[in-house]
Amino acid sequence: MEGLKECEANLVVYLHPSKAKCADAILSELSSLLFTYSETFEGVVLAYDPNICSNLAKILPGIHPYFGVKLKARLLLFNPKPDMVVEGEVVKITPQSIHAVVLGFSSAFIADEDIRDDFKHKIKRGKEVYVSRTHKKHKIKVGTILRFIVKSFDEEILHISGSLVADHTGCARWLDKNLDEWSQADSTIKKRKSGERDDQKLRSDRSMVQREILPLENDVQAKKAKKKKKNIVES
Amino acid sequence: MGVPDMDELSFTDSELDYHVRNALKAVVQGDCDFYNQLVAVIHHKERLVAEEVALLVTCLKAVTGAVSSIHIAHHRSLLAAIFGMSLWDYGTDVMDALVELLVSLASSSGEYVDLCLEMLVGNFIPPSAPPSASYFVELLTQPRGLAKKNQVLDRVHSTLKDIASVVPLSPLRLEKIVRDRMPNIYTKEPVVEAIVASHDPRHSSCALSGCGESLTRVDAKFIVMYVENMLRLESGVMGELVGSTILVALVDRLIDLDVEIAWDEILQDDFHKGIFDMELEDLEGHADHIEQDCNELTREALIQRFFSGNLVAEKLDSLMVLTFEHLRSCAESGRLVQVFEILLQSFQKTILTAYKSKFAQFVMFYACSLDPENCGKMFADLLLNIFVSSLNPVRMSAVSYLASYLARTKFVPVSFVAAMLESVVNWCFLYCKKQEGDINPKAHKVFYAGCQATMYVLCFRMRQMLAIPRLKSQLCLMRIEAILGHPLKPLQVCLPSIVEEFLRLVKANHVFSLPQSFVEYGMLESDNSRAFGGMERFDMFFPFDPCLLRKCDSYIRPNYVYWSMVRSTYDEDDGEGTSDEDVEEAYASRNGMSIPDDGSGRSYDDEGNSDADEFDYSLNKMSITPRDSSNKFGGRMQRFMQMPSKIRPSASPESL
Repeated sequence: MEGLKECEANLVVYLHPSKAKCADAILSELSSLLFTYSETFEGVVLAYDPNICSNLAKILPGIHPYFGVKLKARLLLFNPKPDMVVEGEVVKITPQSIHAVVLGFSSAFIADEDIRDDFKHKIKRGKEVYVSRTHKKHKIKVGTILRFIVKSFDEEILHISGSLVADHTGCARWLDKNLDEWSQADSTIKKRKSGERDDQKLRSDRSMVQREILPLENDVQAKKAKKKKKNIVES
Repeated sequence: MGVPDMDELSFTDSELDYHVRNALKAVVQGDCDFYNQLVAVIHHKERLVAEEVALLVTCLKAVTGAVSSIHIAHHRSLLAAIFGMSLWDYGTDVMDALVELLVSLASSSGEYVDLCLEMLVGNFIPPSAPPSASYFVELLTQPRGLAKKNQVLDRVHSTLKDIASVVPLSPLRLEKIVRDRMPNIYTKEPVVEAIVASHDPRHSSCALSGCGESLTRVDAKFIVMYVENMLRLESGVMGELVGSTILVALVDRLIDLDVEIAWDEILQDDFHKGIFDMELEDLEGHADHIEQDCNELTREALIQRFFSGNLVAEKLDSLMVLTFEHLRSCAESGRLVQVFEILLQSFQKTILTAYKSKFAQFVMFYACSLDPENCGKMFADLLLNIFVSSLNPVRMSAVSYLASYLARTKFVPVSFVAAMLESVVNWCFLYCKKQEGDINPKAHKVFYAGCQATMYVLCFRMRQMLAIPRLKSQLCLMRIEAILGHPLKPLQVCLPSIVEEFLRLVKANHVFSLPQSFVEYGMLESDNSRAFGGMERFDMFFPFDPCLLRKCDSYIRPNYVYWSMVRSTYDEDDGEGTSDEDVEEAYASRNGMSIPDDGSGRSYDDEGNSDADEFDYSLNKMSITPRDSSNKFGGRMQRFMQMPSKIRPSASPESL
């Protein structure tokens, strides 16, 4: 997931004289930054870790002599930009849209023109799902962690408009399992085929030891690839 | 009216979606034909026939499917038409389609979230534009209207929830909108003539109390309805997120209404002649049982006078009752303490700082009565802390609240009262120890406020304390004599009626050895006693004096200590020489009982009284408690309840 960054900020927090015991006051002041987009930091503040630099504070002259406490804070920021890949939990599916929540607070909306045609809306057992036409196992339903591309981000209400047009988007779990080989599908199949042949040769020709060297993963991949081939044929 | 003829078109759902989408896209290119028809359908709201309803529902559904094509700049008229709709104007089919559309809109783009929420919040109350307003006011007095109200509000609240599940930050917006759109005291409420037939208790809050009459002026208190909705939000799933704002906004509004009611509307009498005179508690008492004194008004008359035409008071009364009911339901669901913490903060900010708040503080009283162990203690602790903290501008109010609370609440244990009192006395003692110099009402007003509070509480509670040996010794160990004897001379400064009453009690009970000369002090209202409260007369502020709001009072009454209940105990004591134990017993027995508020208890003549006594006696014999508390309901107690404490303390012969 992209869009998250950490930054170190030098801050001056101005406190009312009544807040002379400032630790709580500083925290509550920093808390007011949370979940709002801040122009200064260029992002939504998600977490902070303040570190008060010195116990001296500068007093502002005026009717209320506020005092400024200098501090360094490590901030965790969220600033999704167009074309970033982010993840969110799907909360609602309609024939025309997918709604997700990113990081538990930011709503994401994917309109049907941004859902690639590969995904088909279906109603299975009364629940709405999007199923990939090419990979039957690739499903998007309520609760799925969805990986999608940011189209735009509304800084006011922290609303993301997303897209599922690109191939590397969809159900994050499925993609993690399958993406590697799938993105390089053809070459893998070829490689594997040649590998298999080699393997057979080796098996027939060489000793047992070499067979053990074969990585286990390759085997698993081979199985999956077979399945996939089937899928492609079916659809 | 440009309604498209759907028979000709005969679309399937998906085709319709497609067409609507195309229409929306065509607008961007400048072709508005179908779009305008669509807008017209949505705009059309009066007297829809079945086909028109069907058409509207279809259109709304189609728009729901095409929300991603709606653009806030290009489709202004469509959006205006949608957000101009009111759920109250339609049947359930249209309502469902409309709320579905709202959820879609809110989740499709951040721009619509506020608009959708505002529209939903707007539906908390029926449309208040002139023609429909009177229609709904009338409708709401009928069962049909109440069903409608439930239909609308159920949808509004479930939609708010749906939006929150898709747009997690929407409650943040909602709380602001709810607060901003809350009707204020200047909001004109539609008042219409309507026929009130039903006695349904649910709408008694909407109608004036004269519910049975045929033609009644019904004041649709939309603010009450709005608050009902706010509290519903607070108790719902979103309560955790928006609850605190809502409660704070509510208390603010209570205070707003409260300050609208001027003190002189309540009391035209000379208030400080004797504060204990004001306790006319025969709320529902019939005139024939009360010897009407031409100088003094009965409580009922007072309320009558106060209420007549006072819409603000009526409104406040209804809101307070709603708040009480809400607090009760919170107590039942076990979250009173959380709610109370918010209330307490808001109390500190608004009620405590408001100049002589009259009614809003009873919210605190009632909340405390629901959970004296936690809430009651928190409340008293807070007040005490404010009083003893230096540099707090509301210390005088805080100690007035504390005194009034400790004196008037039936549910606060005497030991707690003693502990609180001790803290106040200790503070006063430490304060005056540091002071040298003479009487100075202005400079030492906090000190005098503390002294007055001490005396006030003791006027109410001294009897109970003396009855328990441990508390008696605690009381005697307090440095009250030292304070009152200090050169700052609090007895000359504090409100004379309290001082008089206090000294009389001291004399009757022989507790403190106050030098005789004190008794001569403070008997007359002096310049000093007027000066200490300042122009605002904070010296005369007793926040929990009997509540004059009719409906409100019935909630407060069971937990409230009236002066006559206290006063009677020593009157009889003086006359009959009852021992302390009896007094305590009488009090304890009264703790558990609610004052009969229908006046029927007082309508017995003497024979009736003895009958009642016997009945009670036999009842008591049956109970496990072996103690004879025959004077609980009737008898001597009855006699004193018949007599509203019209006799001023200073006027009774044995006082001097």
